[in-house]
Amino acid sequence: MKPSWMLRLCAAVGFAILLLPGVLVLIVSFSAGEFLTFPPPGLSFRWYAALLSNAQLMTALGTSAILAAIVATVSLLLGAPAAYAIARLEFRGRGVLAAMLAAPLLLPTLVLGLGLLLVLQPLGLAATWPGLVLGHCLVAIPFAVRIMTTAFAAVPKELEAAAWTLGATPFRAAVRITLPNAAPGAIAAAVLTFLVSFDETVISLFLVGPRLSTLPVEMFRYAERTADPLIAALAMTLIAFALLMVVLVERLIGFTRAIGRD
Amino acid sequence: MIGWLLAAPALAVLALAFVWPMAGLFRISLNRTTETGAMEAAVTTDSYARLVGDDFTRELVLNTLTLAASSAAIAVALALPIALLVRGASPRWRGLLALAAVAPLLVSGTARLVGWMAILGDQGMINALLTGMGISTGPLALINNWTGVRIGLVESLMPYAVLVLLAGLGRLDPKLEEAAATLGANRARTFLRVTLPLAAPALLAAWLLTLVLGISAFITPRLMGGGRVFVLATEIYDLALETVDWPGAAALAMLLLGGLLALMILRGVVAAFFPGNRAEKTP
Repeated sequence: MKPSWMLRLCAAVGFAILLLPGVLVLIVSFSAGEFLTFPPPGLSFRWYAALLSNAQLMTALGTSAILAAIVATVSLLLGAPAAYAIARLEFRGRGVLAAMLAAPLLLPTLVLGLGLLLVLQPLGLAATWPGLVLGHCLVAIPFAVRIMTTAFAAVPKELEAAAWTLGATPFRAAVRITLPNAAPGAIAAAVLTFLVSFDETVISLFLVGPRLSTLPVEMFRYAERTADPLIAALAMTLIAFALLMVVLVERLIGFTRAIGRD
Repeated sequence: MIGWLLAAPALAVLALAFVWPMAGLFRISLNRTTETGAMEAAVTTDSYARLVGDDFTRELVLNTLTLAASSAAIAVALALPIALLVRGASPRWRGLLALAAVAPLLVSGTARLVGWMAILGDQGMINALLTGMGISTGPLALINNWTGVRIGLVESLMPYAVLVLLAGLGRLDPKLEEAAATLGANRARTFLRVTLPLAAPALLAAWLLTLVLGISAFITPRLMGGGRVFVLATEIYDLALETVDWPGAAALAMLLLGGLLALMILRGVVAAFFPGNRAEKTP
């Protein structure tokens, strides 16, 4: 049945709500004014220039980029073997293992962050690199495992079986045959875990300190104090970056499949 | 056996980052806060008793539930037409429309809320339109209050609702709707008598998921509420980092977890009651 005009109209309202904030961020980020005024009193690049010369935000950007790269690497290295086991091997408790590896995503990040603060602070590990990496891996590893499980499951089992027949050990077959064939999924997992860490706000709020802070935390605190076009310029930069990543993942494995909950 | 070995490194990190902090959270919730505000090792339910007996806590629970339940309902209502449109679209459009609906999930929450500030603020888009058309003289307060929080929360919950609905509606046979149309039902009647009842389990599942997410939302109430909106999440944050009352924060977090656990069990019951919702894939 073709969708009725009524359905189209209702859906258009829904899409408008979802997409309007991004459009407004784009417009306001080029404002020449002092506040988040709409329509902007004039257009300029001044707030992008101001963003580039804001030392605090730029330092935080560097921290976040390095942190996200570390987190993506660690969660892929740890997540890939676990995902291979879940997708390929038959063993007792496979379902339990999959559920255990997904469990952290069930709990609010606020509670996870608070728990991490309470145990890391007494050890002097709050506001340190190891603390932040640990906190981010907590939410990144479940993502890496889920995406890699789908990627490994999509590689035909027969390829590996053929390698065994030709004399390869199971380890060699997994590394030389299945792993390269799951490469698009691995790249998608790396991109998504990078973004998960790069955008993670709530856990970080508990684990940062005056000398070590991430971009989302600094952005959140800035937006809490003042709403000016500088924060819109930063938001626009992040939205553009995320969209680029979304397109990349869509090309690789199909985005809705990668983040689908059911 | 080799399966568990392969997963051991990932499990070890999650034990360190998840099991240990959660155990620590529970342990600290049993500590005592002295009159000077310092924490004292103890095994007592003082913090829980303090919270349960407090009128402010009850107000927070009520605030949180009202906000989350209403925002989740609105989000599901807005997501349903999107999901129906995506389901009925040609394969070429289906992917693009679904992508547009769930892409906001990957955009930082704070960035999207900055957009809402530009829409809802005193000098924002809606107030500019209203004054420009002469409908209102002064700015309408759409931000730094519950209205702003609710709007922002609805938008952040919608992509999740779309995902759950797409999964649920995908198993709904379009032939049934076509049959209703063939038998003479108009579109409104087909929607109300065929589509909606069949979609009910998916709608309930979507509402329960967004309810859980709405109850634990922190960034939206904080930024859109302008410090004037108090929910459980903002209170836990304030207790932990502003007041530095760790036992209090931990106890409130444990109470929140208890509530969420009850809701998750309810979700499981609902899923078991409507097996059609997760039935084997139709070809």
